[in-house]
Amino acid sequence: MIPELGNFALMIALSIAIVQGVIPIIGAQRGISNWMALARPAAQGQFFFLLLAIILLGVSFVQDDFSVRYIASNSNSQLPMIYKVSAIWGGHEGSLLLWTFMLSMWGAGVTWFSKSLPSILTSRAIAVMGLVGIGFLLFLLLTSNPFDRLIPAAVDGRDLNPLLQDPGLIIHPPLLYMGYVGFVVPFAFVIAALIDGHLDATWARWSRPWTAVAWVFLTLGIGIGSWWAYYELGWGGWWFWDPVENASFMPWLMGTALLHSLAVTEKRGAFKVWTVLLAIFTFSLSLLGTFLVRSGVLVSVHAFAADPSRGIFILMFLGIVIGGSLALYAWRAPMIRGGGKFDSFSRETLLLVNNVLLVVATLTVLIGTLYPLILDALEMGKISVGPPYFDAVFVPIMLPMSFLIGLSAVIRWKADKPKRVFNEQKITLLAAMVIGFSLPFLIFNETSIQLSLSSAVAVWIILTMLQDFWNRSSSNKGGFINGVRSISRSHLAMLVAHTGLGIFIIGVGFTTAFSVEKDVRMEPGSRVEAGGYTFHLDGMAERQGPNYTTIEGLVYVYNADNEQVAVLYPEKRFYTVQSMPMTEASIDEGLFRDLYVAMGEPIKNSNAWAMRVYYKPFIQWIWMGLLIMSLGGVLAATDPRYRKIVRRARASQQP
Amino acid sequence: MTPKRKKRLLLVLLIIAAVAGAATLMMKALNENINLFYSPTEVAAGKAPLGHTFRLGGLVAEGSLNRDAGDGLTVHFDVTDEAETVTIAYTGILPDLFREGQGIVALGKLGSNGIFVADEVLAKHDENYMPPEVAEALEEGHKQSIEKMKGATQ
Repeated sequence: MIPELGNFALMIALSIAIVQGVIPIIGAQRGISNWMALARPAAQGQFFFLLLAIILLGVSFVQDDFSVRYIASNSNSQLPMIYKVSAIWGGHEGSLLLWTFMLSMWGAGVTWFSKSLPSILTSRAIAVMGLVGIGFLLFLLLTSNPFDRLIPAAVDGRDLNPLLQDPGLIIHPPLLYMGYVGFVVPFAFVIAALIDGHLDATWARWSRPWTAVAWVFLTLGIGIGSWWAYYELGWGGWWFWDPVENASFMPWLMGTALLHSLAVTEKRGAFKVWTVLLAIFTFSLSLLGTFLVRSGVLVSVHAFAADPSRGIFILMFLGIVIGGSLALYAWRAPMIRGGGKFDSFSRETLLLVNNVLLVVATLTVLIGTLYPLILDALEMGKISVGPPYFDAVFVPIMLPMSFLIGLSAVIRWKADKPKRVFNEQKITLLAAMVIGFSLPFLIFNETSIQLSLSSAVAVWIILTMLQDFWNRSSSNKGGFINGVRSISRSHLAMLVAHTGLGIFIIGVGFTTAFSVEKDVRMEPGSRVEAGGYTFHLDGMAERQGPNYTTIEGLVYVYNADNEQVAVLYPEKRFYTVQSMPMTEASIDEGLFRDLYVAMGEPIKNSNAWAMRVYYKPFIQWIWMGLLIMSLGGVLAATDPRYRKIVRRARASQQP
Repeated sequence: MTPKRKKRLLLVLLIIAAVAGAATLMMKALNENINLFYSPTEVAAGKAPLGHTFRLGGLVAEGSLNRDAGDGLTVHFDVTDEAETVTIAYTGILPDLFREGQGIVALGKLGSNGIFVADEVLAKHDENYMPPEVAEALEEGHKQSIEKMKGATQ
């Protein structure tokens, strides 16, 4: 009964989405305000029914209703309750439902916070979100319905993939999807403005906090995904340039460019056409990312041929969304007039160059990800593009960009003098070079050209941000605290986010250069040295978990002075239902190093195990940097300026 | 040209130079870092390059997994497409789902002794998963062994 209700909720949501996607647009075109007014209640109704659908799916999971195909293949009666709930998005159908639900949530959010905007603009934008919703709901109902029954019902479920039975994977997909889907808001407003034919500062000002929120979700989602890969996959890497990862990284890069371009459009009225294009690209890449991961095309291009319904739907949907919006862009863009003029040495130019670099970086990732798929589809051979490609291309683009970021705090809008900037920054530049180059030597006694460069660039970013923070807060006559308060929220957001990037770069550089990774044979009593620490395997014991059995090792770690610094419990689990082994690494985290032990496999005819023993310096800085960047995004989104605008607009609407 | 236009032109040229630089870099990196896939049959026929990294895939032959004495970390196993077989040597820890009879893909180089030295062995985290290249190689290998059998009976 409950699954049928869920199915019914999806169908009602689709009907509402059709109303939401069609009627307000026609209303806006013909100036019928009643039709336009349908947009808001429709978006809220769609949200309500999708919320209902996702709750009903959750209830069915909790009730172990194995007559539902999706639940039978992604859950099990022995599965812990929390994972029964998170199994809602553990597979293809549920993830798409989550995606669609979040889309409607952003739509409802827009209806609640856009009261100050002209109703023509908002009703069109909400309608665009309705149109996207139609696409996804059709896809759900026609090809990937999570409520489909399984006849006859299964006695028990096939269990959730053990890799997904992890706290990190409970929150990773929702965060990531919130980010992906969030870019629908700037996209919808761009399309609405293109239909209208003019873009003004109000539009940019209004899109900024929404874009920032989506960006924060995406940053956190990617960060948690990488953290999960680090401790759950059991080989201590944090980023693999895997197509699935690239799928989320591309919209992030493009979204970052969009965020910066929107700033220029709002403050200076420039880059309008460029911002529009970036908004379209960012959302298109979000869609592409969703489908790359969800369609099975990555596993095999020929999986498309095996189940063409999904593949063809996806290609058509992508074609309509991307092709349609680009066609609209080509038609309307000439009507959008360029804004403020700026000099060739100015903050605008700096942002433009960084924008170009971000877009180029996105393109290199896109090509590296799609090239093997295209060759395979054309029957031109099977290739794979490995991490060395991405490293070789990405680093040379990111280094100059990171250097330019150091100028972002001091360079002025409109026009600035290179001499002035140089004079102000020369001491910092020198300090960054000295500190940056010597840092690897001081800590690790060795370095390489690339490491020195990235360390110097990172220190340069952090120092310039601190310097600017200090200058601004100490120049205030009302004292330091008032000085800090006098810094505008958006400027502070920039300082924080860029500092986070600096910390991230240090983490990446040091971890990559100085990690010690040893695969060794260990038996109870053996000792292994890695990165100045001694790992002592004391013994192993068998235990029983809720839906698995496990062999747990006991490892003591001693530092160079022979003091015990950590006790680690690596596990090798065996999940009974899927008869799948899983490595659970044990990690002692620290600000300057992680100690990491994972059980490999037992060695035949002995009581020894092959074990991974890792020393990972500065790796936590990677996620610390991402968190600080996200904090910057939160600051940007919560700029009180935006609330003032809303209040002022409301006040002016009062009779 | 006014000085302003000159500056703009300079800026545009700079951007074009940056994009061109990135494109060159990309093509170069792409050329150097593409790994082709070869099946055991192709390796046996001498089609695979010596001393150059490529991917080799197939089923792990039953009973072929051998751990060396000594450090116990070097393993030898055979992969097969049911027509030909190639021996792979690998030092390190095999993935969780590595089993005899399972489809795998290895990344590494072919030595002059005909043994493929792998730097990386991949087995996907799904029991039923068969790497697509392996599935295709198996199909090819299967066809060939049928051909051979036909040839023998005629």
